[in-house]
Amino acid sequence: MTTIEHTIELPDFSKPLPPREGDRVIQFREALREAMSEEMRRDERIFLMGEEVAQYNGAYKISQGMLDEFGPKRIIDAPISENGFAGLAVGAAMYGLKPIIEFMSWSFSLVAADQILNNVPKMLYMSGGQWGCPVVFRGNDGAGGQLGSTHSWCVEGLYSNVPGMKIAIPSNPYDAKGLLKTAIRELDPVFFLESERMLGDKGHVPPEEYYIPFGQARLAREGGDCTLVSFGRPVHFCMEAAETLAQSGIECDVLDMRTIRPLDIDAVIESVKKTGRVVVVDQCWPFASVASEVCTQVMERAFDWLDHPPVRVNTEDVPTPYAKNLEAAYLPNAGRIAAAVRNAVGAK
Amino acid sequence: MPTRIAYEGKVEYLQILDEHGVLDEKLAKDTLSDEDVVELYRYMVKCRFVDETAFKLQRAKRMGTYPQNKGQEAAAIGSGFAAKRGVDWLVPCYRENAALWMHGQPMHQVFMYWMGDERGSKIPEGVCTLPLCVPIGTQMLHATGMAWAFKMRKEPRVAITYFGDGATSEGDFHEAMNFASAFQVPCVFFCQNNQWAISVPREQQMNSATVAQKALAYDMPCIQVDGNDLFAVYKASRDAIERARSGGGPAFIEAVTYRLADHTTADDARRYRDSEEVDAWMGKDPLIRLRKYLTGKGLWDDAKQAAADEAGRQTASDVVKAAEGAGVPPVTDMFDYTFETMTPEMETQRRTMRTHSLGQRPEQAGLRESAK
Ligand SMILES: Cc1ncc(C[n+]2csc(CCOP(=O)(O)OP(=O)(O)O)c2C)c(N)n1
Ligand SMILES: [Mg+2]
Repeated sequence: MTTIEHTIELPDFSKPLPPREGDRVIQFREALREAMSEEMRRDERIFLMGEEVAQYNGAYKISQGMLDEFGPKRIIDAPISENGFAGLAVGAAMYGLKPIIEFMSWSFSLVAADQILNNVPKMLYMSGGQWGCPVVFRGNDGAGGQLGSTHSWCVEGLYSNVPGMKIAIPSNPYDAKGLLKTAIRELDPVFFLESERMLGDKGHVPPEEYYIPFGQARLAREGGDCTLVSFGRPVHFCMEAAETLAQSGIECDVLDMRTIRPLDIDAVIESVKKTGRVVVVDQCWPFASVASEVCTQVMERAFDWLDHPPVRVNTEDVPTPYAKNLEAAYLPNAGRIAAAVRNAVGAK
Repeated sequence: MPTRIAYEGKVEYLQILDEHGVLDEKLAKDTLSDEDVVELYRYMVKCRFVDETAFKLQRAKRMGTYPQNKGQEAAAIGSGFAAKRGVDWLVPCYRENAALWMHGQPMHQVFMYWMGDERGSKIPEGVCTLPLCVPIGTQMLHATGMAWAFKMRKEPRVAITYFGDGATSEGDFHEAMNFASAFQVPCVFFCQNNQWAISVPREQQMNSATVAQKALAYDMPCIQVDGNDLFAVYKASRDAIERARSGGGPAFIEAVTYRLADHTTADDARRYRDSEEVDAWMGKDPLIRLRKYLTGKGLWDDAKQAAADEAGRQTASDVVKAAEGAGVPPVTDMFDYTFETMTPEMETQRRTMRTHSLGQRPEQAGLRESAK
């Protein structure tokens, strides 16, 4: 069982939180840093390991200043051995430490596939409930902008198929901080997927500590005509599409799933029962994707409420292109989302 | 019972041309002719111009992130020259452009690649180089497999794979080394030990005194050479390549060199490297010592240098023109090159010019059949 001590009264996390007095406006990367630092101050068992995390302050400056504060025993530059440090984290976790492993990119986690897929999520089960792997693996996920097909992996489609770990994909600084703090307190392994494209995004974060529970979607916008479901960066594309659609009188619920394992399908079903239409936006490949899973569950549970077949908006079913024009044609965007919604509601 | 030594190993270090441009005549015997050296120096100058041009292009936002090769030219050129063009295969990572160009890969294609255009990796017919490989370590196994195929097909070819000091921490490196050795394939492992892996210094990357000694564990012939010394790199590479070609199995070369520039254009190495260290290595620049040597021998003068610089500038400008002149690739490329044979699903994607998710009708996702 996960135990989380909530230090403040929990707000209703299913609704967007209005900015409050005392909030600070910070970058996504700072939110991640605050989450790790706050937890590390409290718990000496936690360490951060990865390529370039210490001396360089992180390849993307997420761990800026952490080496100075926590020293080289807890902020550790690893050799270029992803399988090595992922496996080392498993052993360290089995012996009572609490590793946070940073993959410079989730694309490089593929080098560590045996450790993170074949060991991490199964260790507890295979040891009869004895040895869990409370490791947080985190890093950049998804097309970072012309990084070519080997460096643009969106791993959630592939990894969410594996039972035994939790997967969080925040879309904004507030969620990033609250979800990462929860991830670090988790007793189960967590894959935490960030986006290089959002690390500079700014958002309101309260001065006090908070934890966002896993498995609770956030209703980012309300509307009765269609339900838009997404997670991570494409949530912003959905918001943009919803804004455009509103101008022609089409109102959307936008659900930011926050975690896809566990998946808050109840929130989706509740919304679909109201709107009768659902468009799921996912920056992974379409085949056997998280979008496919959401659509399936909607059909299983809300078939009779649907006025239109569930729609997926994914990438093209090809390797991520390197060329700018091809990459743009490959990724989902607000225009495509709006087109899919218009079609679903039968508007021109 | 008396103890005995079960295994003992040593690593030889080779330098022929020192940083002052002084040549060890004895060791240099049967290596490079005067004409070769003049020619290769000219080429080195050209490569330096092209490399600096790529840096400037990136700063002008005309190129994406680019990893400079500056300072490592002797390692690439010495080894590239030792390999037989059109016969031996080069399996690169990303810091040996000079070797690829020597083997016929057009310079502008490497620029296209870093400008974010897959067509840069379309290797012309007859050129024996594989595309650049940025995921660290992967290519060494490809080289091993390729070399194994040469052996199976009884072709007198050798695969030469390039990688950095940091790459030797990856499991792929050790697996490739073990396979190459166990299968005795004609593969030469060429490590450009440029002292850094982004901000991580070599001593922190590994606790081994040399990179070369890692080969001892696989009983693979190994040598450490001054990687900024064209003669030493050439000699060690030629010996390793020819031994491999004649059935002598794989070999390991550690070229001790230095990354004079940042890791990539996205990096600022001043934040983690001492300027004294960089300055000391500036003095060991392969171009400086080669020019000193050639001048001392009466094979080079200022007029020749001016001409070589001019040729370098001209080449760089031609390369930029060719790369930028290539225009953007057609969007259909992504459908055309995913499978050898177009699948029906891919055909639909290509026709609608947009994925509708698999199985959905295009209009379901709000898409119309495109004109094309
Ligand atoms: C599997 C994998 N992990 C991490 C990276 C990120 N990365 C790119 S270059 C690099 C350093 C490589 O150092 P080295 O092998 O010494 O080569 P150098 O760049 O110094 O030539 C790293 C860690 C990557 N590209 N692939
Ligand atoms: Mg290096």
